[in-house]
Amino acid sequence: MISRVYVKQKNEASSVDSYLITHNFSREKMVKIAKALTNPTIEEFSINKFPKTNKFSYAIEIGFKPGVTDNVGHTVDETISDLFHISASKNNPDFAVYSSKIYLVSGVKNLNEIEKLALSLHNPLIERSYIASSADIKKNGLLLRASEVILGKHTPVIEVPLSKADTEELINIGKAGVMNEDGSRRGPLALDLVSMEAIQTYFRGLEREPTDIELESLAQTWSEHCKHTIFANPIDDIKDGLYKTYIKGAANLIRKKRGKKDFCVSVFSDNSGGIVFDNDYLITHKVETHNSPSALDPFGGAITGIVGVNRDTIGFGMGAKPVANVYGFCLGNPEDEIKYFKDPPSPEGFGRAGNNLRQPMLLPKRIMEGVIKGINVGGNCSGIPTLNGFIKFDDRYRAKPLVFAGTAGLIPRIVNGKPSHLKKAKAGDYIVMVGGRVGLDGIHGATFSSVVMDSNSPATAVQIGDPITQKKLSDAIVKEARDLGLYNSITDNGAGGLSCSVAEMARDMRLPAGRHGGAEVDLEKVPLKYPGLRPWEIWISESQERMTLSVPKSKWKAFQKLMERRGVEAAVIGKFTNSGKCVVKYKNKKIMDLDMEFLRLPKQQLYTKKPPLPPLSGGRNSPPLIRGGREGLNFTKSLEKLLSQKNISGFSFISQQYDHEVQASSVLKPLSGRGRINTDTQVFRPILKSDKGVVLTSSTYPSYGDISAYNMSACAIDTAVRNTISAGGTLSHLAILDNFCWCSSNDPKRLYQLTEAVKACCDTAVGFGTPFISGKDSMFNDFKGYDENGKPIEISVPPTILISAISVMPDFNKTISPEFKNAGDIIYLLGETHDELGGGEYLKNIHPAKGTPQEGNVPKVDVKKNIKTYLALEKAIQKELAASAISVNSGGLGIALAKASVGGMIGCDVSIKNIKGTAKSVVSKLFSESQGRILVSVSPKNARAFEKIMEKISYAKLGKVTNGDKFIITDKTKVIDTSVKKLHKIYHKFSNSMK
Amino acid sequence: MKNKKTKIIIMSGYGLNCEEETKFAFDWAGGDADIVHINDLISKPKILSQYQILVFPGGFSYGDDTGSGKAFANKFKNHLSKELREFLKRDTLVAGICNGFQIVTNLGILPGGLTFNKHGKYIDRWVDLQVPSPAKGRAGRGLSPWLTGIKKLSVPIAHGEGHYVISKKDYIKMQKNGEIAFVYEKGEICKFQNLEKNPNGSDYDIAGILAYNGRVLGMMPHPERAMFAHQSPIWFMNKKLYFAKATKDEGQGLQIFKNAVNYFSAKGGSASGGK
Repeated sequence: MISRVYVKQKNEASSVDSYLITHNFSREKMVKIAKALTNPTIEEFSINKFPKTNKFSYAIEIGFKPGVTDNVGHTVDETISDLFHISASKNNPDFAVYSSKIYLVSGVKNLNEIEKLALSLHNPLIERSYIASSADIKKNGLLLRASEVILGKHTPVIEVPLSKADTEELINIGKAGVMNEDGSRRGPLALDLVSMEAIQTYFRGLEREPTDIELESLAQTWSEHCKHTIFANPIDDIKDGLYKTYIKGAANLIRKKRGKKDFCVSVFSDNSGGIVFDNDYLITHKVETHNSPSALDPFGGAITGIVGVNRDTIGFGMGAKPVANVYGFCLGNPEDEIKYFKDPPSPEGFGRAGNNLRQPMLLPKRIMEGVIKGINVGGNCSGIPTLNGFIKFDDRYRAKPLVFAGTAGLIPRIVNGKPSHLKKAKAGDYIVMVGGRVGLDGIHGATFSSVVMDSNSPATAVQIGDPITQKKLSDAIVKEARDLGLYNSITDNGAGGLSCSVAEMARDMRLPAGRHGGAEVDLEKVPLKYPGLRPWEIWISESQERMTLSVPKSKWKAFQKLMERRGVEAAVIGKFTNSGKCVVKYKNKKIMDLDMEFLRLPKQQLYTKKPPLPPLSGGRNSPPLIRGGREGLNFTKSLEKLLSQKNISGFSFISQQYDHEVQASSVLKPLSGRGRINTDTQVFRPILKSDKGVVLTSSTYPSYGDISAYNMSACAIDTAVRNTISAGGTLSHLAILDNFCWCSSNDPKRLYQLTEAVKACCDTAVGFGTPFISGKDSMFNDFKGYDENGKPIEISVPPTILISAISVMPDFNKTISPEFKNAGDIIYLLGETHDELGGGEYLKNIHPAKGTPQEGNVPKVDVKKNIKTYLALEKAIQKELAASAISVNSGGLGIALAKASVGGMIGCDVSIKNIKGTAKSVVSKLFSESQGRILVSVSPKNARAFEKIMEKISYAKLGKVTNGDKFIITDKTKVIDTSVKKLHKIYHKFSNSMK
Repeated sequence: MKNKKTKIIIMSGYGLNCEEETKFAFDWAGGDADIVHINDLISKPKILSQYQILVFPGGFSYGDDTGSGKAFANKFKNHLSKELREFLKRDTLVAGICNGFQIVTNLGILPGGLTFNKHGKYIDRWVDLQVPSPAKGRAGRGLSPWLTGIKKLSVPIAHGEGHYVISKKDYIKMQKNGEIAFVYEKGEICKFQNLEKNPNGSDYDIAGILAYNGRVLGMMPHPERAMFAHQSPIWFMNKKLYFAKATKDEGQGLQIFKNAVNYFSAKGGSASGGK
């Protein structure tokens, strides 16, 4: 039987919640269920009868497509099974629940319009809509249609005829996937010809054909996404590859130099990087990207991004507790409404219906709303404070947005008498899968994000996170099972699913010399969301909220019992062996048998090509094309306009919808001061009994890369370091993380830029003594599609490097916030200002006619000079001499002054006449983005002591914080004269328009 | 006789997430708090009789699916109705904070209900609360052990469904009985950051309510996120004239926890409570 329970708010009727239930319950039981779903004070229910509502013309029902995670449905399922003390529907064929929402629309009579509205309410990739007129509903009620998954019957395992395949066929298999029995292809393996040939040779040696699961498995573990082939391969004369030579190389060099003072504990070897917090704890950090999925389903992409990186914390060492989330969005401009499609126009012609069939790409505004909401639900539901974040706009992020998600974690250094960051499975341990079940969601996620997005991008690559399932899992592991010593090793099921997690754990096993780790898996033991999945699908599915653990046989019972009591599903799916082989069986038949050694990837030589000058270079010697604007420009108007730019102004509408105070740890929050400005840096206290604080920040300057990838990279590191110090962080206890988001990475010119950026990472990090502890890359952020008229379009993101920083400060009480505090405080600018407007916000937004962003000097980093400045400021802050400090970033000194004033809602009167450095023009002095500068305010009584500390560095005394509303900047004459209230309004305008 | 510490049970599980800092606040206030997973309480319901204070902390139980607090309350009702009744019969205290408040209203031991914020979005910011004066001729708030000595309080909220809904009739009754614990007002923080006083559109500006003679408290704001002075947005302004000596003072929120703990320790009450 199918019944529908409707629940709606008593007074309001713009929407109705619907729960479709297939069941054999009595009417009486159905009423009981409906009552449990209704809060009688504010809601009312009806069963099978459309509720009484105000007049409406149409109802739009939005439900999930079959197989898409239905979190609300799961909760109702649990409520019902708990109510009647029966087992949940996943183990009980007697009932199932499907949730949906019904929107009531009045005043719209035109079916076209209502269809358009329906499309704005749902994402056809994962949801379905059903439209009914009110007359229709009166007559027939709403459809009773369960969103059940019914999979076609397939042969479980097929052999792929590889031994005789020619080059063309090998390329075909690599690009479009294994051929099904019906001749269709299964979707990209993202294996190039060299890899396919290596596989062919391997199986020729074995004198057999590979099975589909073997091929899919190799594609997963060899994918760019999992193996980071571009960073690992030799490139030009860099034999060990970029990662080993420059990133890991820098970390090793720094650690060696530090000797006993090395604070790194686990670097690039685990799911997150780990550094010392204090004698008892480690703090971890990891930042991920989830770009391709977010382009297709922004909400699902972002939520799986954030809960996915949470698992990189839970999967660090023996399991760290997530204590802070960070995020970053690089998006197209929300006002851009140009339509793009993945497919060319169909021969049937143009028009609305035709266009819908062409896989339209989502508009930037829709993507923005979706990704913001994804981080909201993922972070808020998990009880992890969301602290650091940023949002950047550029038309080139229009098709593939960049969505960064990161998590810091905390773990005792010693767990059960052993260092917590070390873990190894033992031969004979059970392979245990814990958490969510496996479905078709996320098939080919790893290989999909390794290729260009075009019409072949599979829809099943989209997943929806279920933060509550993961919260239960996380609590059960890091708050209980870990400290009971119930497992030997743990890792996350992320990209590649079981195929990657099991192979990884087997590779890292603890074994006697000469033995090699292996695994034997029985795939039919993996709990499934619905029947009918083929073995290769189970093996590589990226269904969310799952961890893989190695549990000693003797601990299994206790582990199983604990998980059961916490409402967490756990299943033994095989065991670890010392055979050196990865063996997978399905219903007692061996379907995969690969040498663990072969799962490692063969290397390929890569080459770069220096692009022509400019626009892709610049460097230190390029001519200063921009010497600043004409004197006599209206600088006040320029400043106000610059402050209103979305890349500079506030985004409190995002910060305040993210819970940043849970865990009671926040010290310096995302919004600060009377004027609620966004802080660049946040401070929190992960252990409420300790005075130690953790400092988080991040930095990216994509537009600098248009001129020089080297300087883009160097500036991002300098800014991350500077932001950290400005809030009170410690240079000698500061680690950084890299995220490279590149485009067209098979183009030697892009590889040249990459090499430059990576070299800068090494030079700058070594210079500052700030080691990389973790990193991630996403190398193909390109879109190939069509515009409305069928013209082919290619959009690639600008090569983007995000640097995140984490630092430990000895006493959080010494944290300082960026806004001005009291009238009379003296304002100083530390550092030097040069003619470095190139790639900056001023040239991009105010003066594009006179100089394109590609012209002019891009900011450069003088590490030696800047270190001195930063150490001096660190000392002054430790001595509690500074009242405020704000890092001078995008928009330069003018913007830093405006933000500090708006934050404090207090005026200032400063002169830029005598600032240090080579900048001569007013424009350069105000808006150049020279690195190494910090704007500090100091109480007059501390001025002398402060100046003493600054004696040996370049600094200038600019003026004073002033009572009242006036915001005055003078050079030779008054150049800016405006009011703080006006600036406040401008600063918050974008954010207020988004509320 | 040696005074035993006041025993507090804080519920956890299924997405509740403020249990650790809530425990910290009670322990700091002098109590002895245990975090107990709801399934552990279901399997040993008798342990509830060992406690004097029952707390439903903040969080996102069941992800707010089907309406905030509903599913967790259903589970509690299904298995622990009798024990809850017995607990309330004794001289005990109950608090529901944020998601806990939503749970407690769904349990039916506090009147009214909570629904979506008026702007429709989750919001994390600070608010100012006022404890309304008791109606004439009633002891009013004097009755609530939770509120001893509290007149004003600045604390943060963080919720998507914090709009308190109550009928006019019930409101008048509650007002009469002194059962309004907190109302939003434009106080220190709202003036500091120029914010509206009632961010979620709650009926009659209600932020927290009482029942059972003031022994049961439900509130949307998070006092445990205001237990330290530095948690306040004004702290950076007031760091004692720039770092004379950084203060480690208690925040305003701690008083609520102290009140509850002291209610029992003042009586010298043992763990078994009302005997």
